[in-house]
Amino acid sequence: MSTWIKGIAASSGIAIGKAYRLVEPDLSFNKTTVEDATKEVERFRKAISESNSELESIRNYANENLGADKAAIFDAHLLVLNDPELINPIEDMIKNDKVNAEYALKETRDMFVQIFEQMDNEYMRERAADIRDVTKRVLAHLLNVIIPNPSMIAEEVIVVAEDLTPSDTAQLNREFVKGFTTDIGGRTSHSAIMARSLEIPAVVGTKTATTDIQNGDMLILDGLAGEVHINPTEELLQSYKQKQQEYQQQLAEWAKLVNEPSVSNDGKHVELVANIGTPKDVEGALNNGAEGVGLFRTEFLYMGRDELPSEEDQYNSYKAVLEGMKGKPVVVRTLDIGGDKELSYLKLPEEMNPFLGFRAIRLCLERTDIFRTQLRALLRASVHGNLKIMFPMIATLDEFRKAKQLFLEEKENLKNEGVPTSDSIELGIMVEIPSTAVLADQFAKEVDFFSIGTNDLIQYTMEADRMNERVSYLYQPYNPSILRLVKMVIDASHKEGKWTGMCGEMAGDETAIPLLLGLGLDEFSMSATSILKARSLISKLSAKEMEELAANALQKSTVGEVIELVQSAVTK
Amino acid sequence: MEKTFTVTAETGIHARPATLLVQAAGKFDSEINLEYKGRKVNLKSIMGVMSLGIGKDAEITIYAEGNDAENALNSIEELLKKEGLAE
Repeated sequence: MSTWIKGIAASSGIAIGKAYRLVEPDLSFNKTTVEDATKEVERFRKAISESNSELESIRNYANENLGADKAAIFDAHLLVLNDPELINPIEDMIKNDKVNAEYALKETRDMFVQIFEQMDNEYMRERAADIRDVTKRVLAHLLNVIIPNPSMIAEEVIVVAEDLTPSDTAQLNREFVKGFTTDIGGRTSHSAIMARSLEIPAVVGTKTATTDIQNGDMLILDGLAGEVHINPTEELLQSYKQKQQEYQQQLAEWAKLVNEPSVSNDGKHVELVANIGTPKDVEGALNNGAEGVGLFRTEFLYMGRDELPSEEDQYNSYKAVLEGMKGKPVVVRTLDIGGDKELSYLKLPEEMNPFLGFRAIRLCLERTDIFRTQLRALLRASVHGNLKIMFPMIATLDEFRKAKQLFLEEKENLKNEGVPTSDSIELGIMVEIPSTAVLADQFAKEVDFFSIGTNDLIQYTMEADRMNERVSYLYQPYNPSILRLVKMVIDASHKEGKWTGMCGEMAGDETAIPLLLGLGLDEFSMSATSILKARSLISKLSAKEMEELAANALQKSTVGEVIELVQSAVTK
Repeated sequence: MEKTFTVTAETGIHARPATLLVQAAGKFDSEINLEYKGRKVNLKSIMGVMSLGIGKDAEITIYAEGNDAENALNSIEELLKKEGLAE
C-alpha cells in the first residue's frame, strides 16, 4: 500500500532509494554468574579494544571530513573508554562478585551517570550522555549486536532516523547516503544544516518516519515539498523520476552561471553573496557562484563547545574564510547571541522577552572582554583578505559609536604590539530594528554600509514572534510598510555614497528579488544553494522596469496587492 | 613530588582542558594525582578530573610518583601555562 508522510523541507532536491533505518538495537541482557572470572575479564577487555578501534576510525573520519573540533568529541569519548576509574571498578566487580561483564558495566555506568547528572553544572550533566554513549558501544560488542554503522553502507540509501546526532552524521558515507528523513527537528536543527552543507535532500520533523518506514521500503524523498512517499505506486515513481530529472536539468542550467556576474537584462550589476556559518561553508559558497560572503554568522564558533573560543581559534577561522574567498568581500557579523541563541557556558539571566532583551551588541558592549577578543581576532585576520565587519542589533548611533571606539582601540593596541592589520576594513551595521531604519539618513553619515536583516526587521515591525505559528500570518516580507523601510535604508545609504545589502531569508526569495532590484539593493546575501537560481532570475529582469514595479508596490495598501502586482509583472 | 597551581581559565577545568590534561598525564608511567578541596583523583581519569568541577581561581595540587615524575610534572606545568589554564 502506498502512503506518505509530511515533514519540514529542510534541504531541497529529490531522492529515490531504499530506506536504511538508523535506530537503536536491542541491548537488553540478564544478570548471570560466571564460572571463570578471568575469562570474563578477557571478554570485557576484548569489547573495550573493539570499541576503541571503532571509535578511533569514527574519530579519524570526523577529523578528515568534519574538522578537528568535531573530532574532539570523539577524543573525549576515547578518554572515557580508557578511563581507569571506569575500567578498574568493572573488572574488580567481575572478579569479586563473579557477575557477567554486561552487568558490571551497567552497574558502574549507572553509578557514574548518577554522579554526573546530580552536578549543579549543566555542562557536567551533559557529560552523563557521553558516558552512556561510550558504554553503549561496549555493551553492543559484549552482546555481539551491531549498532547501525552508517559508514558501512554500501548501496544508495535514504537514512531514516529519529534524529541525527553529530556522532551519526560523522559516520554517514556521503557516496551512498542520498538523503534523510527524521522524526524530530526543524530547519535549523543539526541534521538540517548538515543536509544543506552536504547538498542532499532532507525532510525532518515528520514525527512518524521511524514508525511508518521499515528497512528496505522504497522511498521518494521530496525535499522541495517536505514529503516522503513510502512504497509509491509505479505511476507516482515515474512522475517523481521525471520531476527529479527536471530538477537536475534546472540545476545544470543554473550551474552555467557559476562564473557569470549577476546582471539584469538591461545591464545593472548587483552582488549575490552567501550566508555562511563556518569556514567549511566557503567551498559550497564558491561552488554555487557566490561573489563574496554577505553574512558570516560568527556565533557558530561559540556554539557546541564548553568555553569561549580563544583569540587564536577565532583568528584561524576568520583567516580560513578570508583566504578561502580569495580577496572577495567577506562581511563578518560580530557575536549575535542571546534571544533564542544561548551558550551553555555563558549564563544569562532568563528574560520575559528574550528577543527584546539583552542580546547581540547589547551584550557585547557590556561584556567588552568577549567583544574585544573577537575584534582583535578579526583585525589580525584582516590582512588575509577583504574584510568588512558589521554589528548586529544596533538601535542607536551611540551603540555604533561605542562599538567603533572599541574597534579603534584594539586596532591601536595591535599596532603598538607591532601586529599588522588592514587599514581598509569597512564598518557597517545590521538594520533589523525599525528605529534604525527610520533614522538611516543619520546612520549613513557614519557607517560604511548597511545590511538589512529582514527576519528580525519584519518581526519587530509587525510585532509578531516568528516562532509563534498563530501569528505567522503577520510575517509579511512584501508588506508595503516593510518595503518602505527597506527603501528608506537603501536611499539613505546611496545619498551618502554608501551601499546596502540584505541578509535575511527575503534576499533569496523569488517574489522579493524583483522588488529589491527595483528598490536599488546593492547586495543580496542568501544560502549558497539559492544564488544561482537568483542569478538566473535577475538576468531575466529589467532593472528599469523593476524600479517602476517597486514604486507601484510602495503605493499599495496590502501585502496581497503587492504579491499580485509582482506576479503579474514577472510572469508576463 | 608535588606542585600547586591557581586556575586562571575563565571556565575552569572541564571538557577540553580536562581532555588535554588527561592526555598529557597518560603519556607517563608515574602515578599522577590531582587534589582539589581535599579530594584526590587520578589525573589519568577524565571522569575523575571532570567530577571535581574545578572552577576559576581554584587551588589545585598535582602529585607525581614514579621514575618519570619530574618530567611529568614539568610537562603538565608547561601545558597549564601554555593553554592559559593555571599558574
